[in-house]
Amino acid sequence: MHALANPARFLRIARPATSWLLLLGLALAVAGVGAGLTLTPPDYLQGETVRILYIHVPSAWLGMAGWLGIAVASISQIVWRHPLAAVAGRAVAPAGATFAATCLITGSIWGRPTWGTWWEWDGRLTSMLVLFFLYLGYIALASAERERGGEGRIAALYGLAGAINLPIIHYSVLWWRTLHQGESIGLTGSSIDNSILWPLPLTMVGFTCLFGAAVLMRMRAELAEAKVEARMRRMGRA
Amino acid sequence: MNPWPFVIAAYVVAIALTAALLLWAFASMRRAEAAADDLKRK
Repeated sequence: MHALANPARFLRIARPATSWLLLLGLALAVAGVGAGLTLTPPDYLQGETVRILYIHVPSAWLGMAGWLGIAVASISQIVWRHPLAAVAGRAVAPAGATFAATCLITGSIWGRPTWGTWWEWDGRLTSMLVLFFLYLGYIALASAERERGGEGRIAALYGLAGAINLPIIHYSVLWWRTLHQGESIGLTGSSIDNSILWPLPLTMVGFTCLFGAAVLMRMRAELAEAKVEARMRRMGRA
Repeated sequence: MNPWPFVIAAYVVAIALTAALLLWAFASMRRAEAAADDLKRK
């Protein structure tokens, strides 16, 4: 990570990586979505609505992974004062917020035919909604701090404190057994049949690549804006 | 209850939000990098 502390070195890697992530992500996401909609059988209990799984699960993963990224960037900012940490945190936040919102909306749409309700103040749903609001708070705080010329330390502390919500989201289905189903996909296996499960890795990896591409594009935009601002300041002094 | 309108609505939301994120990120990157290149040339 320290090897990328130099923005010029980072950009040398980020420029080609953006295109590759975008292309790979689009190919895998389209393949996964296509397979999920047409090639898998309906579930014996949920019927066709089980197909929402292929977009809902990657969105949930990326909503949470985004905040994990903010937490790692926050530690790098506070402990090592990594020059790209604040930039990375600000770049991850809109992508994470988008996927957290996607998870909430697709979950709500899935809930209506499955549970008979659009929304329930269940532990998993509520903690995911809290994550979405945490993202909005982070975006507002980080951009306000940047406008004031701050180093991003307050946003970093907020990012670190917000990470407390991640284990709450993860264990919510075990702590409060309400409406949301328990864990069906774990590190050691899955309770979902392989005939339904197989397109999920495609959409998981595909949307993760697209998330990575969006983050790299935002980081490149921030670095270019900082370059313009620095140049304008120098020209103003001269 | 016909499940397909729900399935289609979920996919439309997911694809539209992802596309909006990527287009916004791409447009902001192009704009910022073009401004930086213009300034370098001046």
